[in-house]
Amino acid sequence: METEFLQSLPRLLAYASMVIGSAFIVIGGIGVLRMPEIFTRMHASSVTETTGSLFVLAGLMILSGFTLATVKLFAISLFLLFTSPVSTYALVNTALIAGQKPVVVKDSTGGVSA
Amino acid sequence: MDTFLGLYNYWIYVGLLVVGLYAVLLKGNYIKRMIGLGIFQAAVFLLFISMDKVDGGTGPIFSIAQDATTIFANPLPQVLILTAIVVSIAVTALGLSLAIRIKEEYGSIEESDTLRADRDE
Amino acid sequence: MSFLFFFTLSFVLISAVLAVHARDLFVSTIWLSVFSLMMATNFFILDAADVAITEAAVGAGVSTVLFLSALALTGEKESGKRVYRLLPSAALFTLALVLIIVSLEHPRLGDPSAPVHQHIAPWYLSETPVLIDIPNVVTAVLASFRGYDTLGETLVVFTAGIGVLSVLGFRPKRKVVVTAAQVSRRTVRIRDHLILRVVGKLLIPVIMLFALVVQFHGEYSPGGGFSAGALFASAVMLYGILEGADRSIKAMPQLIMLRLAALGASIYIFVGIFGILLGSNFLDYSVFSSDPVAGQQLGILLIEFGVGLTVASVLVMVFNAFAGRDTY
Repeated sequence: METEFLQSLPRLLAYASMVIGSAFIVIGGIGVLRMPEIFTRMHASSVTETTGSLFVLAGLMILSGFTLATVKLFAISLFLLFTSPVSTYALVNTALIAGQKPVVVKDSTGGVSA
Repeated sequence: MDTFLGLYNYWIYVGLLVVGLYAVLLKGNYIKRMIGLGIFQAAVFLLFISMDKVDGGTGPIFSIAQDATTIFANPLPQVLILTAIVVSIAVTALGLSLAIRIKEEYGSIEESDTLRADRDE
Repeated sequence: MSFLFFFTLSFVLISAVLAVHARDLFVSTIWLSVFSLMMATNFFILDAADVAITEAAVGAGVSTVLFLSALALTGEKESGKRVYRLLPSAALFTLALVLIIVSLEHPRLGDPSAPVHQHIAPWYLSETPVLIDIPNVVTAVLASFRGYDTLGETLVVFTAGIGVLSVLGFRPKRKVVVTAAQVSRRTVRIRDHLILRVVGKLLIPVIMLFALVVQFHGEYSPGGGFSAGALFASAVMLYGILEGADRSIKAMPQLIMLRLAALGASIYIFVGIFGILLGSNFLDYSVFSSDPVAGQQLGILLIEFGVGLTVASVLVMVFNAFAGRDTY
């Protein structure tokens, strides 16, 4: 009974990781739809592209075991980690240079928050 | 229900065909027409590739982990569509270069403007 | 049919409708690139891996860049004048009706007893290990059993490259004079994105290496000449976008690209003629060495190289022709 549980522990871990990753992706999607302007929206979508994809790919790697597919998945996650934040940066920088200003709210003590 | 799910991809193909042809025939902007042409070509690709699927089959690549009972997908439609995809990009490139030249000569890429300019000459 | 497939099919139709419907052509192009990526996913779900790689590289990569550079030269808004013509609308409606009625007779998806799986496909699957002995059956059929079609297709790509050069080879007659202040006010220069330029330039050799892997590994895994050519061209396009079109044209001059495209098509034809010179038919590779199977593999390697060379150089040539055009 216990050895069965120990053998299926990697699979449970993989499934849990993929579910957590999917939850992050859904959170990112809801954030993009609900946020008011571009800077906060890109902030929400960056959750999707880093944490969400990393969790899903880690779950797939655990599921594949020690095969060539794991190395390829690792290379894909490295590639995603390199390129997705850069594309977010490019979009937001373009918006900033083109003149978009973040929506700021002044609170009662005179400080600002975005 | 089984019939619906088994035929759904053909209906999507018909829908894409109509959307692409609608853009080519009934839109005045030349770039929009090229987009429609690309969608039309992709619809034909979908029809061919959906013909190659076999239940329980895998991609037509022999590997070490196979035996005499593995079922493979049909390789022939894939070959035809592989060349068709590159032909579609060639057509797109040529069409877009024609659109650029039209813009430079006529000043606009709307069909109504170019027809009017041809009539007034 | 799985739920995933149902979802991706529906999403393809939705993104196509949105691509046609959007008034802003920039939005339309981005929806077209999403459409191409979803089509690539569909192809992969339908067990067509070679086609999926090629569609992703060509549709979501090269085609989007070409559309965007064409949009930079024409205009971005479509005038929303609605055109109602009776005859094309009636023709479209009739076509849709006829096709849907016909589709009720089609074999359902994945039916193993469908006519398309009966005659020649089992022959290809059983004869490839005997005659050619490479794992990827699609490459074997493309390069050896159906070599004529691939030759024609390579020549079509070359013709399209020549066509683009002959249309865009002329300088525009009216030159628009723009002052430097106007330019810097209107455009956001790529020089302002430092991180993008640094990381992009790090990625270019990785993409080129991957293109070479896909090219020469096409006999053992999904790949082949077409996808490798598109991937290589997209690496060069990345360089052109990051560093400017003038440096891209200086790195890959148009005349050399034209010669390389012709060289690729010529390699294909000469491999075929070599078969005649050795006493057999056109495009028969079995006579290239004493062992016919090894001869077939050598022939496939050579012509895939020719195809990849032609596709890569034609796509680079087209991009340079679009990007090097100096109108505002």
